[in-house]
Amino acid sequence: MMIKRKNNRKANELRPVVMKVGIIPNADGSAMVSLGKTTAVAACYGPRPLHPKHMQQTDRAILQTIYMMAPFSTTERVRPGPSRRSQEICKVTRESLEPVVCLEEFPKATIDVYITITEADAGTRTAGINAASLALADAGIPMKDLISAIAAGKIGKDYVLDLEGKEEEATACDLPISYSPRTKKLTLMQMDGDLPAKDAKEVINLAINGCEQLIKLQKKALEERWMK
Amino acid sequence: MRLLWRLMYMTKDMLKNEHDFVVPGDEIVKSIDYLPGKNTFREGDSIYAKKLGVVNISGRVVSVIPLSGVYSPKIGDMVIGEVTDIQSNGWVIDINASCEAYLPLSGVREYIDTNKTILSKVYGMGDLLYAKISAINQSSDSVYLSMQDSRSRKFTSGRIVRINPSKVPRLIGKMGSMINVIKDKTGCRISVGQNGFVWLDGDNTELALEAVKMIEKDAHKVNGLTEKISGFLDGKKK
Repeated sequence: MMIKRKNNRKANELRPVVMKVGIIPNADGSAMVSLGKTTAVAACYGPRPLHPKHMQQTDRAILQTIYMMAPFSTTERVRPGPSRRSQEICKVTRESLEPVVCLEEFPKATIDVYITITEADAGTRTAGINAASLALADAGIPMKDLISAIAAGKIGKDYVLDLEGKEEEATACDLPISYSPRTKKLTLMQMDGDLPAKDAKEVINLAINGCEQLIKLQKKALEERWMK
Repeated sequence: MRLLWRLMYMTKDMLKNEHDFVVPGDEIVKSIDYLPGKNTFREGDSIYAKKLGVVNISGRVVSVIPLSGVYSPKIGDMVIGEVTDIQSNGWVIDINASCEAYLPLSGVREYIDTNKTILSKVYGMGDLLYAKISAINQSSDSVYLSMQDSRSRKFTSGRIVRINPSKVPRLIGKMGSMINVIKDKTGCRISVGQNGFVWLDGDNTELALEAVKMIEKDAHKVNGLTEKISGFLDGKKK
């Protein structure tokens, strides 16, 4: 039995995706990624000298990712400033991007990525990672690959890709991954809820399939920015 | 000969052609007959792009010409920088790169006795300098500047604009052809720093600025850009 989703979406179908690169002229690189009603804006600055000096690494640059939800992003006001949740997402975003960014080329420097969620309807961390990856590439930072990220879950007996707000409440588990398409390796995997071991592979493969769809759109967005 | 060689051996392994757009992680060549050049890396048999840019193939070397990114210092480059700190025997200069640059006393043309002169009288905070990169210490990633080049000076008038450093070669043109067109047609004095800062001075800086911005926008797209800019400036003058 096929699950009934909003707008007749198939189980392995993404929400309508919009990607724009180079939207913030003052940043070295920037991007906007929107999946359905979730919108993330990322701006990348650097590599630039890092202050305070005690944070400098003598052999490599550091990557700083700052995730922030705009106060107006959900129906209930989000209190501005760092929270337990946003700090966790900063950390996982950084760790999902670090494996592909060539940090060792810029000793003592910093690369800053500011991610703002302007509209939230589930899947903000994955939208943020997609936008951050585009912003880094747009800023001309040497990277070994682009990163794409998406969540998958299980509702009833169906595996579903790219959960939206209402589905996230209904799902037994929510499994966001980030994926490096060139090496076919995962750089992030988290899970909320629980999932039988035999289903895990199915859900992960579904999410990887979603990432493969996204990476094509990401490349197209970059080409549109620079070649048109 | 080179073309023939490429036709015979190269086409089957090339996944991207010259001038093709690539993003980080794109596979360019799947063959060990090629060498990875700038902004590329080899993994297994293949060469991949490391930066967003266009493919450039010269002989057996495959490289990527970046379309964006911060300035990476090279010895001998002329750069425009701002004094951000004054230390006991030199100045710290922000050159808009991944590291700060240092202008030691030995890099200044005249002799300065630190007992008699206050360094901020020579170059104060916020002064804009046109300096040459004299040395780079690879291991500690530090850059040293010198004001001993004949082109070096301190800017006291005019205005500074910032463009993408990867577009600077196009702004200067072959043997300075492009920049000379702008200088001649607008009557401006222009100094271009390799780090993407451009200094403009004269009566018609607005027009020169427009031309510079136009070059930055079209640098990687248009052929015959010099003629286009020349025509644009002629049209504006009437």
